[in-house]
Amino acid sequence: MTKEQRLKDATDESGARQRATLRQELPLLAGMMLVWGALWQDFAIGNLVFGLLISLVLVRVFRLPPVILSGRFNVWRAAVFAGAFLRDVTLASFEVLYLAVFRGPRTTSAIITVQLRTESDLLVTFVGHVLTLVPGSYVVEVDRRTSTLYLHVLNVNDEAGVEKARASVMMIEERLIRMMGTKEELAELNAEKSAPGKEHGETP
Amino acid sequence: MLDTVIDIVAGTFMIVGCLMSLAAGIGMLRFPDLLSRLHAATKPQVLGLFLLLAALGLELRSWAVLPVLLLAWLLQLLTAPVSAHMVGRAGYRTRHLKRETLIADELAAVVEAAEQREEAEHGRDGNRDRADFID
Repeated sequence: MTKEQRLKDATDESGARQRATLRQELPLLAGMMLVWGALWQDFAIGNLVFGLLISLVLVRVFRLPPVILSGRFNVWRAAVFAGAFLRDVTLASFEVLYLAVFRGPRTTSAIITVQLRTESDLLVTFVGHVLTLVPGSYVVEVDRRTSTLYLHVLNVNDEAGVEKARASVMMIEERLIRMMGTKEELAELNAEKSAPGKEHGETP
Repeated sequence: MLDTVIDIVAGTFMIVGCLMSLAAGIGMLRFPDLLSRLHAATKPQVLGLFLLLAALGLELRSWAVLPVLLLAWLLQLLTAPVSAHMVGRAGYRTRHLKRETLIADELAAVVEAAEQREEAEHGRDGNRDRADFID
Protein backbone atom coordinates (compact mmCIF):
# COMPACT_ATOMS: atom_id res chain seq x y z
CA MET A 1 0.00 0.00 0.00
CA THR A 2 1.31 3.41 -0.88
CA LYS A 3 1.86 6.20 1.60
CA GLU A 4 -0.93 8.26 0.02
CA GLN A 5 -3.37 5.40 0.46
CA ARG A 6 -2.37 5.08 4.11
CA LEU A 7 -2.82 8.77 4.78
CA LYS A 8 -6.20 8.68 3.11
CA ASP A 9 -7.24 5.66 5.17
CA ALA A 10 -6.02 7.20 8.41
CA THR A 11 -8.04 10.37 7.91
CA ASP A 12 -11.07 8.65 6.39
CA GLU A 13 -13.97 9.07 8.78
CA SER A 14 -16.80 8.17 6.44
CA GLY A 15 -17.05 4.72 8.01
CA ALA A 16 -17.36 3.13 4.58
CA ARG A 17 -15.36 -0.08 4.39
CA GLN A 18 -12.90 -0.75 1.66
CA ARG A 19 -13.62 -4.01 -0.06
CA ALA A 20 -11.03 -6.70 -0.32
CA THR A 21 -10.72 -8.47 -3.63
CA LEU A 22 -11.00 -12.25 -3.71
CA ARG A 23 -7.27 -12.46 -4.40
CA GLN A 24 -6.45 -10.41 -1.29
CA GLU A 25 -8.75 -12.65 0.73
CA LEU A 26 -7.17 -15.92 -0.40
CA PRO A 27 -4.69 -16.24 2.52
CA LEU A 28 -7.50 -15.49 4.98
CA LEU A 29 -9.74 -18.12 3.37
CA ALA A 30 -6.97 -20.70 3.39
CA GLY A 31 -6.28 -19.94 7.04
CA MET A 32 -9.93 -20.26 8.02
CA MET A 33 -10.18 -23.52 6.12
CA LEU A 34 -7.22 -24.91 8.09
CA VAL A 35 -8.74 -23.71 11.37
CA TRP A 36 -11.92 -25.59 10.47
CA GLY A 37 -9.91 -28.71 9.77
CA ALA A 38 -7.99 -28.32 13.02
CA LEU A 39 -11.17 -27.90 15.04
CA TRP A 40 -12.69 -31.08 13.61
CA GLN A 41 -9.30 -32.83 13.76
CA ASP A 42 -10.07 -34.01 10.24
CA PHE A 43 -8.17 -32.84 7.18
CA ALA A 44 -10.07 -34.95 4.66
CA ILE A 45 -10.88 -33.20 1.38
CA GLY A 46 -14.63 -33.14 1.97
CA ASN A 47 -14.28 -31.51 5.36
CA LEU A 48 -11.84 -28.92 4.03
CA VAL A 49 -14.13 -28.01 1.13
CA PHE A 50 -17.00 -27.56 3.57
CA GLY A 51 -14.75 -25.37 5.72
CA LEU A 52 -13.88 -23.30 2.66
CA LEU A 53 -17.57 -22.78 1.88
CA ILE A 54 -18.24 -21.63 5.45
CA SER A 55 -15.23 -19.29 5.24
CA LEU A 56 -16.56 -17.78 2.01
CA VAL A 57 -19.93 -17.11 3.65
CA LEU A 58 -18.24 -15.64 6.74
CA VAL A 59 -16.00 -13.20 4.84
CA ARG A 60 -19.02 -12.07 2.84
CA VAL A 61 -21.22 -11.52 5.89
CA PHE A 62 -18.59 -10.08 8.24
CA ARG A 63 -16.46 -7.87 6.04
CA LEU A 64 -12.91 -7.10 7.08
CA PRO A 65 -10.71 -4.35 5.67
CA PRO A 66 -8.25 -5.78 3.15
CA VAL A 67 -4.91 -6.98 4.46
CA ILE A 68 -2.23 -6.08 1.94
CA LEU A 69 0.50 -8.70 1.69
CA SER A 70 3.88 -7.79 0.32
CA GLY A 71 4.02 -10.67 -2.14
CA ARG A 72 7.30 -11.84 -0.65
CA PHE A 73 7.89 -14.53 1.94
CA ASN A 74 11.27 -15.97 2.85
CA VAL A 75 10.83 -19.41 4.40
CA TRP A 76 14.40 -19.62 5.73
CA ARG A 77 14.10 -16.22 7.41
CA ALA A 78 10.76 -17.32 8.84
CA ALA A 79 12.38 -20.39 10.40
CA VAL A 80 15.19 -18.25 11.85
CA PHE A 81 12.58 -15.85 13.14
CA ALA A 82 10.53 -18.63 14.75
CA GLY A 83 13.61 -20.04 16.46
CA ALA A 84 14.71 -16.64 17.76
CA PHE A 85 11.14 -15.97 18.88
CA LEU A 86 10.89 -19.15 20.96
CA ARG A 87 14.27 -18.48 22.56
CA ASP A 88 13.39 -14.85 23.32
CA VAL A 89 9.96 -15.64 24.70
CA THR A 90 11.57 -18.09 27.11
CA LEU A 91 14.17 -15.54 28.20
CA ALA A 92 11.55 -12.79 28.55
CA SER A 93 9.31 -15.04 30.66
CA PHE A 94 12.11 -15.92 33.05
CA GLU A 95 13.07 -12.24 33.23
CA VAL A 96 9.52 -11.31 34.25
CA LEU A 97 9.54 -14.16 36.79
CA TYR A 98 12.81 -12.86 38.24
CA LEU A 99 11.56 -9.28 38.34
CA ALA A 100 8.25 -10.26 39.91
CA VAL A 101 9.90 -12.26 42.67
CA PHE A 102 13.01 -10.20 43.46
CA ARG A 103 12.35 -6.60 42.35
CA GLY A 104 8.58 -6.41 42.70
CA PRO A 105 7.38 -2.90 43.56
CA ARG A 106 10.81 -1.42 42.89
CA THR A 107 10.67 -2.31 39.18
CA THR A 108 11.02 0.77 37.00
CA SER A 109 9.91 1.14 33.42
CA ALA A 110 9.73 3.69 30.61
CA ILE A 111 7.46 4.79 27.81
CA ILE A 112 9.49 5.16 24.64
CA THR A 113 8.88 6.23 21.06
CA VAL A 114 9.99 4.03 18.19
CA GLN A 115 9.56 5.14 14.62
CA LEU A 116 9.50 2.11 12.36
CA ARG A 117 10.91 2.03 8.84
CA THR A 118 8.01 0.16 7.31
CA GLU A 119 4.84 1.73 5.96
CA SER A 120 2.80 -1.46 5.89
CA ASP A 121 -0.05 -1.80 8.39
CA LEU A 122 0.47 -5.55 8.50
CA LEU A 123 4.15 -5.22 9.42
CA VAL A 124 3.43 -2.58 12.06
CA THR A 125 0.85 -4.94 13.57
CA PHE A 126 3.28 -7.84 13.45
CA VAL A 127 6.04 -5.82 15.10
CA GLY A 128 3.56 -4.76 17.77
CA HIS A 129 2.57 -8.36 18.45
CA VAL A 130 6.09 -9.72 18.53
CA LEU A 131 7.51 -6.98 20.73
CA THR A 132 4.69 -7.53 23.23
CA LEU A 133 5.61 -11.18 23.58
CA VAL A 134 9.37 -10.91 23.38
CA PRO A 135 11.61 -8.26 24.86
CA GLY A 136 9.51 -6.84 27.70
CA SER A 137 7.38 -4.16 26.15
CA TYR A 138 3.91 -3.58 24.79
CA VAL A 139 2.25 -0.97 22.62
CA VAL A 140 0.52 1.84 24.52
CA GLU A 141 -0.27 3.98 21.52
CA VAL A 142 0.12 3.86 17.74
CA ASP A 143 0.39 6.66 15.23
CA ARG A 144 -0.55 5.01 12.01
CA ARG A 145 0.31 7.97 9.79
CA THR A 146 4.00 7.88 10.69
CA SER A 147 4.31 4.19 11.73
CA THR A 148 5.28 5.33 15.21
CA LEU A 149 4.81 3.05 18.19
CA TYR A 150 4.72 4.28 21.76
CA LEU A 151 5.84 1.41 23.97
CA HIS A 152 5.80 0.66 27.65
CA VAL A 153 9.04 -1.15 28.47
CA LEU A 154 9.54 -3.03 31.72
CA ASN A 155 12.83 -3.01 33.62
CA VAL A 156 14.41 0.13 32.20
CA ASN A 157 16.72 1.71 34.74
CA ASP A 158 18.51 4.46 32.84
CA GLU A 159 18.94 6.23 29.53
CA ALA A 160 21.06 3.38 28.16
CA GLY A 161 18.18 1.00 28.83
CA VAL A 162 15.89 3.20 26.73
CA GLU A 163 18.30 3.05 23.78
CA LYS A 164 18.72 -0.70 24.20
CA ALA A 165 14.94 -1.22 24.11
CA ARG A 166 14.68 0.94 20.99
CA ALA A 167 17.42 -1.03 19.28
CA SER A 168 15.76 -4.35 20.11
CA VAL A 169 12.48 -3.20 18.55
CA MET A 170 14.31 -2.07 15.40
CA MET A 171 15.93 -5.51 15.37
CA ILE A 172 12.53 -7.22 15.45
CA GLU A 173 11.40 -5.03 12.59
CA GLU A 174 14.54 -5.87 10.65
CA ARG A 175 13.92 -9.61 11.05
CA LEU A 176 10.30 -9.21 9.99
CA ILE A 177 11.21 -7.13 6.92
CA ARG A 178 13.70 -9.80 5.91
CA MET A 179 10.96 -12.37 6.33
CA MET A 180 7.97 -10.72 4.70
CA GLY A 181 8.63 -7.07 3.86
CA THR A 182 8.33 -5.68 0.35
CA LYS A 183 11.32 -5.66 -1.99
CA GLU A 184 11.65 -1.87 -1.57
CA GLU A 185 11.77 -2.16 2.21
CA LEU A 186 14.37 -4.89 2.00
CA ALA A 187 16.51 -2.82 -0.37
CA GLU A 188 16.26 0.20 1.93
CA LEU A 189 17.19 -1.96 4.90
CA ASN A 190 20.24 -3.36 3.12
CA ALA A 191 21.30 0.13 2.06
CA GLU A 192 20.99 1.32 5.63
CA LYS A 193 23.02 -1.62 6.93
CA SER A 194 25.84 -1.20 4.42
CA ALA A 195 26.03 2.55 5.07
CA PRO A 196 28.95 3.56 7.29
CA GLY A 197 28.33 4.56 10.89
CA LYS A 198 26.04 1.66 11.73
CA GLU A 199 27.80 -0.73 14.03
CA HIS A 200 24.92 -2.94 15.21
CA GLY A 201 22.88 -5.43 13.27
CA GLU A 202 23.37 -8.80 11.67
CA THR A 203 25.12 -9.40 8.38
CA PRO A 204 22.80 -9.36 5.40
CA MET B 1 12.65 -46.53 27.22
CA LEU B 2 11.46 -43.94 24.74
CA ASP B 3 8.17 -43.71 26.62
CA THR B 4 10.02 -42.91 29.83
CA VAL B 5 12.03 -40.17 28.14
CA ILE B 6 8.88 -38.64 26.65
CA ASP B 7 7.15 -38.82 30.04
CA ILE B 8 10.06 -37.07 31.72
CA VAL B 9 10.18 -34.31 29.08
CA ALA B 10 6.40 -33.82 29.23
CA GLY B 11 6.51 -33.72 33.04
CA THR B 12 9.27 -31.10 32.98
CA PHE B 13 7.32 -29.01 30.48
CA MET B 14 4.23 -29.17 32.70
CA ILE B 15 6.10 -28.12 35.83
CA VAL B 16 7.88 -25.24 34.09
CA GLY B 17 4.61 -24.24 32.41
CA CYS B 18 2.84 -24.07 35.76
CA LEU B 19 5.80 -22.10 37.14
CA MET B 20 5.24 -19.54 34.37
CA SER B 21 1.57 -19.17 35.28
CA LEU B 22 2.68 -18.72 38.88
CA ALA B 23 5.10 -16.02 37.69
CA ALA B 24 2.20 -14.20 36.03
CA GLY B 25 0.26 -14.34 39.29
CA ILE B 26 3.18 -13.11 41.40
CA GLY B 27 3.80 -10.32 38.90
CA MET B 28 0.20 -9.21 39.13
CA LEU B 29 0.56 -8.87 42.88
CA ARG B 30 4.04 -7.39 43.07
CA PHE B 31 4.47 -4.96 40.18
CA PRO B 32 3.86 -1.32 41.10
CA ASP B 33 1.18 -0.13 38.67
CA LEU B 34 -1.31 -1.14 36.01
CA LEU B 35 1.10 -0.62 33.12
CA SER B 36 3.82 -2.85 34.53
CA ARG B 37 1.33 -5.48 35.73
CA LEU B 38 0.25 -5.94 32.13
CA HIS B 39 3.70 -7.37 31.38
CA ALA B 40 3.06 -10.12 33.90
CA ALA B 41 -0.27 -10.81 32.22
CA THR B 42 1.18 -11.16 28.73
CA LYS B 43 4.62 -12.74 28.75
CA PRO B 44 5.12 -15.64 31.15
CA GLN B 45 1.81 -17.34 30.58
CA VAL B 46 2.25 -17.36 26.80
CA LEU B 47 5.29 -19.56 27.38
CA GLY B 48 3.41 -21.38 30.14
CA LEU B 49 0.56 -22.28 27.81
CA PHE B 50 3.04 -23.32 25.12
CA LEU B 51 4.81 -25.69 27.50
CA LEU B 52 1.55 -27.18 28.78
CA LEU B 53 0.23 -27.69 25.26
CA ALA B 54 3.55 -29.22 24.19
CA ALA B 55 3.37 -31.60 27.14
CA LEU B 56 -0.18 -32.49 26.14
CA GLY B 57 0.93 -33.16 22.57
CA LEU B 58 3.76 -35.38 23.78
CA GLU B 59 1.53 -37.37 26.09
CA LEU B 60 -1.44 -37.84 23.76
CA ARG B 61 0.84 -39.10 20.96
CA SER B 62 -1.70 -38.46 18.27
CA TRP B 63 -1.00 -36.35 15.18
CA ALA B 64 -4.67 -35.34 14.96
CA VAL B 65 -4.54 -33.18 18.09
CA LEU B 66 -1.42 -31.26 17.05
CA PRO B 67 -3.27 -28.72 14.84
CA VAL B 68 -5.74 -27.96 17.65
CA LEU B 69 -2.95 -27.42 20.16
CA LEU B 70 -1.08 -25.20 17.70
CA LEU B 71 -4.28 -23.27 16.99
CA ALA B 72 -4.90 -22.74 20.70
CA TRP B 73 -1.41 -21.32 21.12
CA LEU B 74 -1.56 -19.15 18.00
CA LEU B 75 -4.84 -17.66 19.16
CA GLN B 76 -3.24 -16.72 22.44
CA LEU B 77 -0.25 -15.23 20.59
CA LEU B 78 -2.70 -13.10 18.63
CA THR B 79 -4.98 -12.04 21.47
CA ALA B 80 -2.58 -11.43 24.39
CA PRO B 81 -0.82 -8.42 22.77
CA VAL B 82 -4.15 -6.93 21.67
CA SER B 83 -5.62 -7.11 25.16
CA ALA B 84 -2.39 -5.69 26.64
CA HIS B 85 -2.54 -2.83 24.14
CA MET B 86 -6.21 -2.06 24.81
CA VAL B 87 -5.86 -2.12 28.60
CA GLY B 88 -2.55 -0.21 28.49
CA ARG B 89 -3.93 2.43 26.17
CA ALA B 90 -7.04 2.92 28.29
CA GLY B 91 -4.88 2.97 31.43
CA TYR B 92 -2.55 5.61 30.03
CA ARG B 93 -5.39 7.79 28.78
CA THR B 94 -7.21 7.66 32.09
CA ARG B 95 -3.90 8.30 33.93
CA HIS B 96 -3.87 5.03 35.83
CA LEU B 97 -0.13 5.00 36.18
CA LYS B 98 2.51 5.83 38.73
CA ARG B 99 4.76 8.45 37.16
CA GLU B 100 7.51 7.86 39.71
CA THR B 101 8.11 4.35 38.36
CA LEU B 102 8.75 5.69 34.85
CA ILE B 103 12.34 6.49 33.90
CA ALA B 104 11.20 8.25 30.72
CA ASP B 105 7.84 9.09 29.18
CA GLU B 106 8.24 10.11 25.57
CA LEU B 107 4.50 9.95 24.96
CA ALA B 108 3.89 12.75 27.49
CA ALA B 109 5.54 15.29 25.15
CA VAL B 110 3.22 14.22 22.33
CA VAL B 111 0.18 14.59 24.60
CA GLU B 112 1.42 18.00 25.74
CA ALA B 113 1.87 19.19 22.14
CA ALA B 114 -1.59 17.94 21.20
CA GLU B 115 -3.14 19.73 24.17
CA GLN B 116 -1.44 22.99 23.22
CA ARG B 117 -2.66 22.63 19.65
CA GLU B 118 -6.15 22.02 20.98
CA GLU B 119 -5.93 25.12 23.15
CA ALA B 120 -4.74 27.25 20.25
CA GLU B 121 -7.65 26.04 18.13
CA HIS B 122 -10.50 26.00 20.62
CA GLY B 123 -9.38 28.14 23.53
CA ARG B 124 -9.12 27.03 27.11
CA ASP B 125 -12.76 26.09 27.58
CA GLY B 126 -12.27 22.59 26.15
CA ASN B 127 -12.19 19.62 28.48
CA ARG B 128 -8.52 19.07 29.41
CA ASP B 129 -9.00 15.38 30.00
CA ARG B 130 -9.87 14.67 26.41
CA ALA B 131 -7.82 11.73 25.31
CA ASP B 132 -7.83 11.96 21.52
CA PHE B 133 -4.26 13.18 21.28
CA ILE B 134 -3.51 10.75 18.49
CA ASP B 135 -6.03 10.05 15.81
